[in-house]
Amino acid sequence: MIEIKDLRKSFGDKVVIDDVSAVMEAGKANLIIGASGSGKTVFMKCLVGLFEPDGGEILYSGKSFTTMEEEERKELRQQIGMLFQGAALFDSQTVEQNVMFPLDMFTRLTYTEKLKKVNEVLDRVNLKDANKKFPAEISGGMKKRVGIARAIVLNPKYLFCDEPNSGLDPQTSLVIDKLIYEVTKEFNMTTVINTHDMNSVMEIGDHIIYMYKGEKEWEGSNKQIIYSNSKKLNDFIFASEFLQDVKAMRMVEAEGKVSNAKNDSQ
Amino acid sequence: MNFFNHFGRYLLMIKGMFTRPENWKMYWKELMHQCSDIGIGSLGIVVVVALFIGAVSTLQTAYQLVSNLIPKSTIAQIVRDTVILEFAPTISCIVLAGVVGSKIASELGNMRVSEQIDALEIMGINTKAYLIMPKILASFIMIPLLVIVAGVLGIWGGRLAGTMAAILSREEFDQGLLNGFQPFNVRFALYKAYTFAFIISSIPAYFGYFVKGGALEIGKASTTAVVASCIMILFADYVLAALLL
Ligand SMILES: Nc1ncnc2c1ncn2[C@@H]1O[C@H](COP(=O)(O)OP(=O)(O)OP(=O)(O)O)[C@@H](O)[C@H]1O
Ligand SMILES: [Mg+2]
Repeated sequence: MIEIKDLRKSFGDKVVIDDVSAVMEAGKANLIIGASGSGKTVFMKCLVGLFEPDGGEILYSGKSFTTMEEEERKELRQQIGMLFQGAALFDSQTVEQNVMFPLDMFTRLTYTEKLKKVNEVLDRVNLKDANKKFPAEISGGMKKRVGIARAIVLNPKYLFCDEPNSGLDPQTSLVIDKLIYEVTKEFNMTTVINTHDMNSVMEIGDHIIYMYKGEKEWEGSNKQIIYSNSKKLNDFIFASEFLQDVKAMRMVEAEGKVSNAKNDSQ
Repeated sequence: MNFFNHFGRYLLMIKGMFTRPENWKMYWKELMHQCSDIGIGSLGIVVVVALFIGAVSTLQTAYQLVSNLIPKSTIAQIVRDTVILEFAPTISCIVLAGVVGSKIASELGNMRVSEQIDALEIMGINTKAYLIMPKILASFIMIPLLVIVAGVLGIWGGRLAGTMAAILSREEFDQGLLNGFQPFNVRFALYKAYTFAFIISSIPAYFGYFVKGGALEIGKASTTAVVASCIMILFADYVLAALLL
């Protein structure tokens, strides 16, 4: 579980994160949504300590991350997996070596065991036959998936994904969402995902935070998002007419269920 | 940022390198990798530079020694000492500052800009220790060796040029080599080599590690790194000569 209290961050006099508080629970997919430039990446980087926040507190399972000693942070980070928006693969290493790197560094497994584990996760992200390729030789979407594989290979306690499915086709995107969701449940991870993919929001949004210009504008679950009356949120999520129609249909459907339930109980 | 800011951050970077490795085996692997990159990677250019410098210094020394009173073997003696004292350590290290320095700066700069350094940090790895320390150690191991190679080849190049241009015979040259040889000069050359090795690796590492921005800044950082290293080499060269000779 990660608790965030009054987090603030500015660059110069530009306030990027403005007093955001939230609780990211374990075993749930915690989604941060918001327009491009709303501060999602900066928020995530503050959480993991790549940016020092100007104010506020971050607690990992009750322990204050903000005041932690460097050594203690290092230990905590060994339980963190992170996918960067640009994948951040080591470009002098092959796909296989990239995914194996955390295993090399932090486990005492034999090479065969490591290789088995690597192939397992690469398989889970739908990436076979790319083992020996270098990052420069694979597509953007493939890089993302290698990044995810590298982030989850050690079954971290905390998983951060910065736009895991931007640049992926809808089908692979679903596979990735499902994978992240599965490992979250399976290992009771605290997962934080930045996204603007509406499919993800609807499919895996256990807990959603909508950021608007650095502020938390709305918070709730994918069940609640349809009924929200925040205009900013509605404009953001249901931007196209198509999605507005979907929303209307869902609402009718849900009301139908409610009235059905009423009828049943009568 | 002014000089003192840079210098302070540079010292903090050096201090930050000294922590217990997360995994000795991986650090060892990285060190070996850097040794081969720095050592084997720049052997070719060092060989070429050393041969020509030795050759040129024989020809020019002969040109300057016009008096018949001075024996021919003196040429070899002068070539030997200038190559050992100055040309092998200083000139090859200035060349190495270009080759190795720009490589270190651009490699780290690229890792910084593409967030690879952040990715390592997130895994719980001390990137100063894992990325910079092996480069500095590898330079400490390889650059003195390269300087020795440069010294030997420089003198050999001088001998070759001297005989080819019929300035002096092989025997005269060899005799000159043994005349008044001071082992301290070799030690002095090695002191220089170690000092320059530290400059060539740590200064470019600093400029690369702290790059901000994109590809353009990586280019700028590696140019700055090479210029700063060259100036520091010349400065250290002077200080060492003033202190030790
Ligand atoms: N290192 C930095 N220095 C200065 N300003 C920054 C820095 N990083 C981000 N910003 C600013 O912070 C704001 C939020 O950026 P951020 O990258 O968090 O957006 P985002 O929500 O992740 O957008 P996207 O969906 O496009 O990834 C932007 O206005 C950006 O200009
Ligand atoms: Mg972003």
